Amino acid sequence: MKAISFDKLRIQLGSALILPGVSFDVKAGECFGLVGESGSGKSTVLRCMSLLFHSWSGTISIDGKSVKEMGPFERCRTFQMVFQDPYGSLHPRHSVRTTLSEPLKIHKLDNHIERMEQALIEVGLPVDFLDRYPHQLSGGQRQRVAIARALILEPDILLLDEPTSALDVSVQAEILNLLVRLREEKGFTYLIVSHDLAVVDHMCDRFAVMQGGKVVEVLPREAIPGNEAIMPYARELIAASLQYERTVE
Amino acid sequence: MQEMNSDTILAVENLSIRYRGTPTDAVRNVTFNLGRERLGIVGESGSGKSTVGRALLKLLPTADIKADRMQFRDIDLLNTPEKEMLKVRGRRISMILQDPKFSLNPIQKCGPQVAEAYSNHIRCSKKEAKQRTLTMLESVQIRDPERVYGLYPHEVSGGMGQRIMIAMMLLTDPDVVIADEPTSALDVTVRLQVLDILDALVRDKGIGLIMISHDLNLVRNFCDRVLIMYAGQVVEALNANEMHKAQHPYTRGLLAAQPHIGGPRQPLPVLERRPEWLEDVKVV
Repeated sequence: MKAISFDKLRIQLGSALILPGVSFDVKAGECFGLVGESGSGKSTVLRCMSLLFHSWSGTISIDGKSVKEMGPFERCRTFQMVFQDPYGSLHPRHSVRTTLSEPLKIHKLDNHIERMEQALIEVGLPVDFLDRYPHQLSGGQRQRVAIARALILEPDILLLDEPTSALDVSVQAEILNLLVRLREEKGFTYLIVSHDLAVVDHMCDRFAVMQGGKVVEVLPREAIPGNEAIMPYARELIAASLQYERTVE
Repeated sequence: MQEMNSDTILAVENLSIRYRGTPTDAVRNVTFNLGRERLGIVGESGSGKSTVGRALLKLLPTADIKADRMQFRDIDLLNTPEKEMLKVRGRRISMILQDPKFSLNPIQKCGPQVAEAYSNHIRCSKKEAKQRTLTMLESVQIRDPERVYGLYPHEVSGGMGQRIMIAMMLLTDPDVVIADEPTSALDVTVRLQVLDILDALVRDKGIGLIMISHDLNLVRNFCDRVLIMYAGQVVEALNANEMHKAQHPYTRGLLAAQPHIGGPRQPLPVLERRPEWLEDVKVV
């Protein structure tokens, strides 16, 4: 289990200052949520960490080691990312087999077949799905393949960028159950971006509320039902979510 | 045969839709009446809910629409030629689409787009159309309508874009508004504002609203009645405040699969799809 620490993460794209200085810590084995409106910079945090953006300053460290000092191999085997839209994140002309074997080849690992079958079993797909293409899969199955791809290098940390917001409620339940089970089995640290506080409440131990690129407040999960936030924006966000759910017992 | 009483704005009986070149109907035997009320249509992606909405406006050039009846006020929608439909669409029945980013014209300023929707249907001077637009923008709670009038769609936020869409669609005083996932592209905080605005206008003007959504929570809070669709059929029709009394296992499954704030952290119940749900059902 590995801990993540963000310290004064700052990124400017063109003339826009996206993150002016974000600091927070994720404990080892924790499920940590990032919530906020669209444009508040929550996905940008994940993209900085996985070096999809390079031009940031500050430090992001995993168990004390900066991600910028890790080589690409070590980085990819420490953390992996699952993207929002399974319709866009899988290559349409690569079979599941190609998608899953690519990282194994790059990292020169052995026992490709066993590893790929193991990954599919872990995400609850039959092994004969290896020869399917994304268009032959439903949205939920695609997201399972995307999660299998993230698992195949046996990372310690998963970055989840709105993993269920493109899916139907019934399929969302399956994926959330899968993510909970995998964390119990493998002791992952999760950093999960979501705009749905009900999902955050279901999954996370703590979460950070972001607004305009800043972390407004870090709250424990228990603060949601009674709206115990102190900062006005965090209160407003939680109140809106509670109101949205109001008739649900 | 259902009676069309004076409160009924729209009556649909046994509506079936098949996209050409596909072996099965996308929508089967959908029957409902709409009065001055808020009717929700809920279902998963692919359940046919948007197809129903589009069929009412005959916006499905690649599909065959069959129905025993599709009556809107004095108009028989089934047998109305395209030329006449132009006078219905956007004038008497209008549609609010999901994402303002894609449904507003990106290279035309917001104001003139809204004004055009008005002047296309109602003879008036340019000045009057603009005046009407500004008033309408104000009533969807846009604080500085003169400024917003001259902005391009990319210069406004998602919530404001959706309010502009609502303004455009309500400007002609339609009898029926079909809102197809009107808030799913918006953040929670903005979503409630947009819903409140839509709700107030619909109530004030006595409009019949059809709200198409995949979000059960939204629909049970916002609508009077709800139709639940599965695989092209309406499997259950409920009053929104009686949602917890749902009988059909699909509706119950959908309700249970939703995580709740403060809910127990057990694994969420997963929907077990049964083949018999695909059989023909009759919902009264």
